[in-house]
Amino acid sequence: MLLYVLKRILYSVPIILGVSILTFALVFMAPGDPISAIAPADAPEEVIQALKISYGLDRPVPVQYLLWLQKAMTGDLGVSIASGRPVLGEIFTAFTHTLSIALIASFLGVGLGFILGGVAGFYQNSWIDRFATLLSLIGISVPHYWLGLVLTIVFSVWLGWLPAMGAGPDSGAFFFDFEHIKFMLLPAITMAVIPTGIITRSVKSIVSEILGREFLVSLRARGLTDMAVLKHVIRNALPMVLAVVGLQIGYLMGGSILIETVFSWPGTGFLLNIAIFQRDFPLLQGIVLILCMFFVILNLIIDILQSILDPRIMRS
Amino acid sequence: MNSTGTFVIPRRNTYWRDVFSIFLQDRSAWISGFILIIIFASALFAPWICSYGPYQGSMSARLLDIGSPGHLLGTDELGRDMLTRLIYGGRMTLLIGFTPIFLAFVIGTTIGLISGFVGGKINTFVMRTLDIFYAFPSVLLAVAISGAMGPGIMNSIIALTVVFTPQIVRVAESAATQIRNMEYIDAARMSGASSLTIIRVHLLSNVVGPIFVYATSLISVCMILASGLSFLGLGVKPPEPEWGLMLNTLRPAIYTKPLLSALPGIWLFITSIAFNLLSDAFRQAMSKKS
Repeated sequence: MLLYVLKRILYSVPIILGVSILTFALVFMAPGDPISAIAPADAPEEVIQALKISYGLDRPVPVQYLLWLQKAMTGDLGVSIASGRPVLGEIFTAFTHTLSIALIASFLGVGLGFILGGVAGFYQNSWIDRFATLLSLIGISVPHYWLGLVLTIVFSVWLGWLPAMGAGPDSGAFFFDFEHIKFMLLPAITMAVIPTGIITRSVKSIVSEILGREFLVSLRARGLTDMAVLKHVIRNALPMVLAVVGLQIGYLMGGSILIETVFSWPGTGFLLNIAIFQRDFPLLQGIVLILCMFFVILNLIIDILQSILDPRIMRS
Repeated sequence: MNSTGTFVIPRRNTYWRDVFSIFLQDRSAWISGFILIIIFASALFAPWICSYGPYQGSMSARLLDIGSPGHLLGTDELGRDMLTRLIYGGRMTLLIGFTPIFLAFVIGTTIGLISGFVGGKINTFVMRTLDIFYAFPSVLLAVAISGAMGPGIMNSIIALTVVFTPQIVRVAESAATQIRNMEYIDAARMSGASSLTIIRVHLLSNVVGPIFVYATSLISVCMILASGLSFLGLGVKPPEPEWGLMLNTLRPAIYTKPLLSALPGIWLFITSIAFNLLSDAFRQAMSKKS
């Protein structure tokens, strides 16, 4: 067990390095000299030279990367060009905001997806199966940023029940009271639609696949009730379902930019949007790096949990 | 080499014919296919269908309601006819939705087949390198790359190709590794076929179907992402009509003209559902056949 965990952790080291290289390379994808992304267009030559030296841009690229990596590993992601504050601090507040709506969305998505997918898998070709299929088709097909607009139109413009934008009063800090939850609802519900669709679909196919296995036929033959059979199905489905759910939470965190832009939700996606349009590369790289690290670590945890639930995975 | 080639091809022809005939029995395939043909044809023949130009606006006719005389679906924030722009918008949206998948299909299949066929250390290296791309949630990767490269159609096509290629490589590679160990590959090799011939004749003809079906299931995701990039201001630039961009420019109007401002999204939604239904029907036809 410990050996497997160690191996799995070691395996993610090259991936983390690869992610950091790709993130670092983002600056070089920008048109022109990387310094032009940092310095204002009308900066005099001396200022540009000074900036180059302070960012280490006068050195060879691999050295630049190693210096950047060394700093990043100690948590120093540089200073935001736009705000002049350390990138890590900026990201931290935004991260908690995104995490809060992503968690609500995951609860909604996982809960609904489990119930709908499970029932649809158990009672195939029933009306609830058809309903679940339709719902997952919608969840997979809908442009979620558009859905966000539609929900805003319905619940804010027409009904006036929920606020359309922002995170409520004093959004720099993080609160979890009714006044603030009101602001979370629309973004979280919008966010939940895609995972609901995907989890419903996966749970349904996993359940129907397990129901077709021979050991269940023998369980039923032994006279087990539906509830007892359900227990076995859940036990067998859990590792697979866990993988789907983990992936979805990671996608929610990383893919929040569109929804956060629609709702002006002050999370990492919104910050990323600002970073892109202000050409704030330290901030852009910092956000991408942090979100990817979160995703890699999440996957690591899911893999380990899976192997605890189903020790067969460890052996393969 | 030729004899094996002629043995393989007729069998596959009937296979695809059977799959296609099952596919044609699916009602949702017909409906979604019909919708897509209408959207495609209207985008293609837009200049002959529309009575307005896509950039032709009038300051006195801004944000007219749906059903206004002369403007069936109203006008946008610059007084341009909505129906015209929605029809023209299909050109750009379909282009940036399709091109990355097509490129990813070609590049991904090539890399995946060669890497899976060669196997060994090279394959491990290629697959582990691609794992790095899997550490990025796809929206984040697309936004990060096109954000770094700056707005523009080309940049968003490049970004989306980077997002989808690794996924196709993975499917192609696993298909290739499975087939590599089949006996008929050994037979072909023994009869003197070169690696290139084996990849071209045996691997390609056997794996291209499943990869193609997988690729079609990505079209709607790609289209929504591509329009999303335009929605953020990273893809198509104004005044070009594009559904995602139109949603963005109409956003200030959600308080005054809510239905009008949601229209481009309905187009996007319908197209995306149709693509998903078509791809589902295709996959079902293939699984029913085997």
